[in-house]
Amino acid sequence: MRRSGKYKKSGIGCSGRLKQPKSAETRYMMTDNRGYSGEVPVLEVKNLSKQYRGFLLDKISFVLPKGYIMGYVGPNGAGKSTTLGLITQTRRAEEGEVLLDGKRYEEDPILYKEKIGYVSSICYFPPTMKVKDAALLLKQFYPTFSKDKFYHLIREWNLPENKKFSTFSTGMTVKLMFAAVLARKTRLLILDEATNGLDVLFREEILTLLQHYIEDGEHSVLFATHIIDDLEQIADYIVMVEDGRVLLQDTKEALTENYILIKGEETLLAREDIARYLLGVKRSAYGFSALIPSDNAALLPAGTVMEKPTISQMMSYLMKGHDKLGV
Amino acid sequence: MKIILSNQSEKPIYLQIKEQLEEQILSGEVPQDTVLPSIRKMASDLAVSVITTTRAYKELEADGFITTVPGKGCIVLAPDNHILREQYLRRMEEGFMQAAAAAKKLQMPLKEAQEIFETIWEI
Repeated sequence: MRRSGKYKKSGIGCSGRLKQPKSAETRYMMTDNRGYSGEVPVLEVKNLSKQYRGFLLDKISFVLPKGYIMGYVGPNGAGKSTTLGLITQTRRAEEGEVLLDGKRYEEDPILYKEKIGYVSSICYFPPTMKVKDAALLLKQFYPTFSKDKFYHLIREWNLPENKKFSTFSTGMTVKLMFAAVLARKTRLLILDEATNGLDVLFREEILTLLQHYIEDGEHSVLFATHIIDDLEQIADYIVMVEDGRVLLQDTKEALTENYILIKGEETLLAREDIARYLLGVKRSAYGFSALIPSDNAALLPAGTVMEKPTISQMMSYLMKGHDKLGV
Repeated sequence: MKIILSNQSEKPIYLQIKEQLEEQILSGEVPQDTVLPSIRKMASDLAVSVITTTRAYKELEADGFITTVPGKGCIVLAPDNHILREQYLRRMEEGFMQAAAAAKKLQMPLKEAQEIFETIWEI
């Protein structure tokens, strides 16, 4: 009977999860999502490379389909902002290309820029400007800018209309920047550490806002951050970068299911058959913790604590600076 | 329709959504022919990713709980008694697994465990 296999699994403390998702299933999910969209993705980045003194962005590639949210995560200095700069065309790539709705920037620079809404926590308006000045400026730059929509958002978020931007708090500035892009007809929102330093309530508001933005299945979001926390729950895809390279990329579902965070006694590390699969082992005085690919979890003895890792945890185990026990 | 998600649970989010909908369809709380919210709407309402709700709906469809009607959305089908049985079997299994694990910790022979089960059965 097929049951016998299941009982064994329960013995390793994977508390009663009867239906172990197979990795084949998640792989199916992935291809399915790309396959059935058979349509042109909103953003396609191919072999993007750029060299600075002492830094190399090395052949970054990923695909963001229509209607999804992608987290572009990595530690400070991983190359996140460089990548975004290359996508928004504020920097020039040395190699590789970026396609927005299947088109390169050179094919129609104005349309390309119109389609991207870029938000960071920095205000790009002159500090002496007020709301009405910003509205005038935006109207001149962007054909699809709607003054009505802009004012609607400004009022909904209670932003002061008669104060100079220099007096705005961080939260107010980010709201202003969001209003400026949401008042246009964009296809892709790019957030560069935009939610850093915001309070919980406003971060939640942004989650909702991003989800509404993609709800019609036509818009996508790319957010770069080193603190993924609350944004993790709404992310469909994750691209993890470190030292200018893509370390891992997949759907968030697959990533958090393909690895298990384990905690156990030091003696386990001496077991060659297990140790070879452990990633990013962290030792403490009382035991150790590490990631293990889910496929190898059946090797673990009873009593090993097993948890589903968060993306932040995965980053902390997979990124450098931790000894990998790989043989 | 109610869905309550836990981030602490070992169960993946898609499975939590699937199981809760399944339960409500089986119990009749969500009756046949109900049109479920769209995949994207539900993702937005629950603050989870679209891929998560897509997977929950796909599995519900594969298990025969719902069907997708083009232009209308996802519709609840009549619950199937075989599935109901399977559901309860699964619950039994889960319970027995816990019991067996506890019994093994005590190094209790199978016979003694069976006796306990019989006593409980009689209550």
